[in-house]
Amino acid sequence: MAQLTEAARTAGPRHSSAVPTRRRRVKAGGAGKQQNAGPVAYVLLIVAAAISLFPLYWTVVAASHTDTDITQPPTPLLPGSHLVQNLKVVWNEVDMTTALINSTIVAGCVALTTVLFATLAGFAFAKLQFRGRNILLMIVVATMTIPPQLSVIPLYQIITNVGWVGHLQSVILPSLVAAFGVFFMRQFLSEALPIELVEAARVDGAHSLRILWHVVFPIARPAMAVLGMLVFVQAWNDFFWPLIALNQQNPTVQVALAGVGSGNHTIDHAAVVTAALVATLPLLLVFAFLGKHIVGGITAGAVKS
Amino acid sequence: MATSVRATSDGSPPSSRPAPSTSDKSGSRPPGWRTKLFRFDTKASPYAYVAPFFILFAAFGLFPLIYTGWLSLHQVELGTHAKWVGFDNYTGLWDNQFFWKALRNTFTLGVISTVPQLMIALGLAHLLNYKLRGRGFFRVAVLAPYATSVAAATLVFIQMFNPDYGMINQLFGHIGLGHVDWESSKWPAQIAISTIVTWRWTGYNALIYLAAMQAVPADLYEAAALDGASRWRQFISVTIPSIRPTILFTIIVSTIGATQLFGEPLMFGGGVGVTGGTDHQYQTLSLYMYDKGWNTGELGQASAVAWVMLLILLLIGAVNLLIVRSNRRKLGA
Repeated sequence: MAQLTEAARTAGPRHSSAVPTRRRRVKAGGAGKQQNAGPVAYVLLIVAAAISLFPLYWTVVAASHTDTDITQPPTPLLPGSHLVQNLKVVWNEVDMTTALINSTIVAGCVALTTVLFATLAGFAFAKLQFRGRNILLMIVVATMTIPPQLSVIPLYQIITNVGWVGHLQSVILPSLVAAFGVFFMRQFLSEALPIELVEAARVDGAHSLRILWHVVFPIARPAMAVLGMLVFVQAWNDFFWPLIALNQQNPTVQVALAGVGSGNHTIDHAAVVTAALVATLPLLLVFAFLGKHIVGGITAGAVKS
Repeated sequence: MATSVRATSDGSPPSSRPAPSTSDKSGSRPPGWRTKLFRFDTKASPYAYVAPFFILFAAFGLFPLIYTGWLSLHQVELGTHAKWVGFDNYTGLWDNQFFWKALRNTFTLGVISTVPQLMIALGLAHLLNYKLRGRGFFRVAVLAPYATSVAAATLVFIQMFNPDYGMINQLFGHIGLGHVDWESSKWPAQIAISTIVTWRWTGYNALIYLAAMQAVPADLYEAAALDGASRWRQFISVTIPSIRPTILFTIIVSTIGATQLFGEPLMFGGGVGVTGGTDHQYQTLSLYMYDKGWNTGELGQASAVAWVMLLILLLIGAVNLLIVRSNRRKLGA
């Protein structure tokens, strides 16, 4: 465990100014070796980008064809004109509207509370002195290694007893905070927040809530935004526990997809892919607009949930 | 780290200015209630800040973890009273061929989804570290799969891997490779599932490596270049050693992820997903646990599977620690 803490610490940001994007480029330019890429490098990168993007592109293609189109070779590689009909089939089969709303609620709540609690704890671990700080931080990092499988059975018994099966709070409550968020904010604030600011505010007689509001939050804001996006993506895509805690009457998007995919409904493959497209599209739009910031956030936090 | 040493190590700041309202009586010997409150605030606030995490973890992480251990020693179905059975659930697993199958599958799937993934990520990070036109595009492009969910990605890949009409078998036909049964044969199915995992996570890990590579001091490369080291040589003897902590970190995190592999094999199997294929050919430990807990309703046995997973993770952690220790000793650091 200690090893993991150390590894995680060193894997963290060397320049956590990575989050506000502009400044970093200049800095990174000086730090790396920055040889010019040769033609081979470009070819390899284009191949990598193509492999990354092709399944996403083909999702759109398959979602706009009929079931017979995509189950008869040769597989279509250009978009068709059947998208609207497929969407209708999907909406007839599963309650996609509810699923999309539910996923937005769950991911939104989880992102908000995780950012808040992670900023509080991250600030304490980064800048405040208190007994047991190091050991507590080590515990935070160590909890990242515990798989969700270790907690689902008791949690399932509890939500069954209190009648929460199929209700959103059963998915939201266990994910109100994430260890990686705490670690992420700690990494950011250790470098971005000058301790003099906190001390000066103290000398001026500011109590901790004021310091939090007027000193910590303004400085942490860019990292909070990035963390919020990362957590939103993870919560949106969360699968294991929602599949257990929810049902097809009140699903999140992923639970609805599991229902579609398990063949309870239709074997219209085009409709199945269309459902996958509907589930992914909101996040792809987020990526299209904010991808650069998410890239910056991942390289700054360097932590996978 | 070093900057924080000065932070309020002695409780309150100079108490000569407790608060604007009482400032007329500065320097009074017995500290007033405001000063006391201030001191208490300074002392207690760190704990208040970390408390939400630890309270939530205790409630939704630690307590269930221990309770799962307790359940694993009982025979228990949902809604019935638990009956103490000692280690019967564990010995039951020991005698169960499907448990061993799941354990083997988790291991093989873990290896073939993690090892190539991290190696490709390393190479990709190296490429992304060059001075590039359109570097922003390439970074976002390789990260795009991260935005897709396990469920969505698997549903799309199932179509591509379909043995009868999928485009991968069509492609194999064109280039003269035979027809591959991606669903019912063990290794093709496991390779297909690993492909989904690799597709989703390679770009993410590449960006983590990239961040570490950008922090490697340039003079190390200059020195290596002066010694006549080729680019490949520099990559092997400067880049890799410099980012070793990051590599170790990704190995640990990916191993943890691989141990929990669940969504991909479940969705890959469609209607027979819970058993991991008709012949359990790609049932992982997570799936086996889900199968036990929610298909056959034996929560005690499912709990035992969960604890076996925890023990495996602890074992992996210990092995990692040993490897790192011995490496360090070899390096004389």
